[in-house]
Amino acid sequence: MTERLSVQSIPKLKSLFRMQWEPAQDAHVLLYPEGMITLNDSASEILQLCDGKQDVLQLIAKLEAKFPAAGSLEADILEFLEEASANGWIEY
Amino acid sequence: MAGSNIEKITAPRWLLAELTYRCPLQCGFCSNPLDFSRYKQELDTEDWVRVFQQAREIGAVQLGLSGGEPLVRQDLEVLVGEARQMGYYTNLITSTLGMNEQRLEKLQKAGLDHIQVSFQAPEEVLNDQIAGASSFLHKKRMTQAIKAAGLPVVLNIVIHKGNIDKMRDILEMCIELNVDYVELASAQYYGYALKNRDLLLPSKEQLERAEAIAHEYQEKLKGGMKIFYIIPDYYEKRPKPCMNGWGSMFLTVDPEGLAQPCHSAKLIPDIEFPNVKDHDIRSIWYDSPAFNHYRGYGWMKEPCASCDEKEKDFGGCRCQAYLLTGDADATDPVCEKSADHGLIEDAVACAGQASSNAQVFLRNRFNSEKIG
Repeated sequence: MTERLSVQSIPKLKSLFRMQWEPAQDAHVLLYPEGMITLNDSASEILQLCDGKQDVLQLIAKLEAKFPAAGSLEADILEFLEEASANGWIEY
Repeated sequence: MAGSNIEKITAPRWLLAELTYRCPLQCGFCSNPLDFSRYKQELDTEDWVRVFQQAREIGAVQLGLSGGEPLVRQDLEVLVGEARQMGYYTNLITSTLGMNEQRLEKLQKAGLDHIQVSFQAPEEVLNDQIAGASSFLHKKRMTQAIKAAGLPVVLNIVIHKGNIDKMRDILEMCIELNVDYVELASAQYYGYALKNRDLLLPSKEQLERAEAIAHEYQEKLKGGMKIFYIIPDYYEKRPKPCMNGWGSMFLTVDPEGLAQPCHSAKLIPDIEFPNVKDHDIRSIWYDSPAFNHYRGYGWMKEPCASCDEKEKDFGGCRCQAYLLTGDADATDPVCEKSADHGLIEDAVACAGQASSNAQVFLRNRFNSEKIG
């Protein structure tokens, strides 16, 4: 992964991880070998769109359309994706 | 009725299914009970599926399929399939003995999420000597096959005096095999490992050298292969927060159906552990005297009771307290505050002094029947 994340990047959840809704946690979680990360609402909204099919620009447009009251989300989303990439959750 | 405590008791997150104690390997650090050969009435497929379902209903989400060697069970593929459909993340914890490409394909089709492969050493002769079975080449071939199939691999290697000086070779092997995570798991002194402790516990110098190498690779591989190094608790000043607290997130069921808060707990006398054949998982987890026995802090004696770190380490490991002091309510002697800490200091002093002709007491049926 030499390229930096940009709005043209197409992020994808790494195969090590599986995301699902867990009623016991009342949250979406990321499952991986012997572990689990409980996601907050915004993290789960973003990660659900990291399907390897759409770029960051499309992802931002979708979330801004879904949450019109939130205003511009670009900075927050890019920041989260960079963190998710540093954590090894996604690749692009 | 203990049911009134339900709000205070957290849901289980982990179910460890010890499907069998049968295993083709004989590792002298095995954590299975010394008398494992007595366990002959294994739960059947239907029992396990019921256990998975009941544990899932109360919140368990990680499923460890372990043993012994779980591949010995011919219904493993069925169990994986059922568990996956229930929404578990399924972890197979194996030596790969009993696996071939066809079986791997079936497991993957059934929905297996991840395979943890154990190695004993980074080269054939030493690996097979520690394992007491020819296994290295097969493990390597199967690890490559698992990676090629696209399944995540965690390579687990139990670290002890006999392989700790090979740390660099171990990590180079992991890189070569392109595994996702590496667990450098220091031997924990229960079961066979406790019996062989003087031959297994590394010296402080060995540990420091190995740690430096592991850290060097952790730095070098940042963002790639993750390396977890669990150092022996005998060299810590405070005990480990065993199982994150008794009955807080971890549930083990042994091959005959005994439910426990960890895989060693049944060695503690005077606690009657419930069997999944007689009770459902919900009542076992929330209401059984065994699972409530060491919940909270009320059971603690000094120095734990007034210790400001008790919420961090829960007084350490109940099994270790019992095995070393004879009192399961005692402070884990790993803690420097424990009156029995000298037991640990003695063991550490012994490390490196074991007579050179001493032999590791291997985990096999013969030895188990002899002492079990």
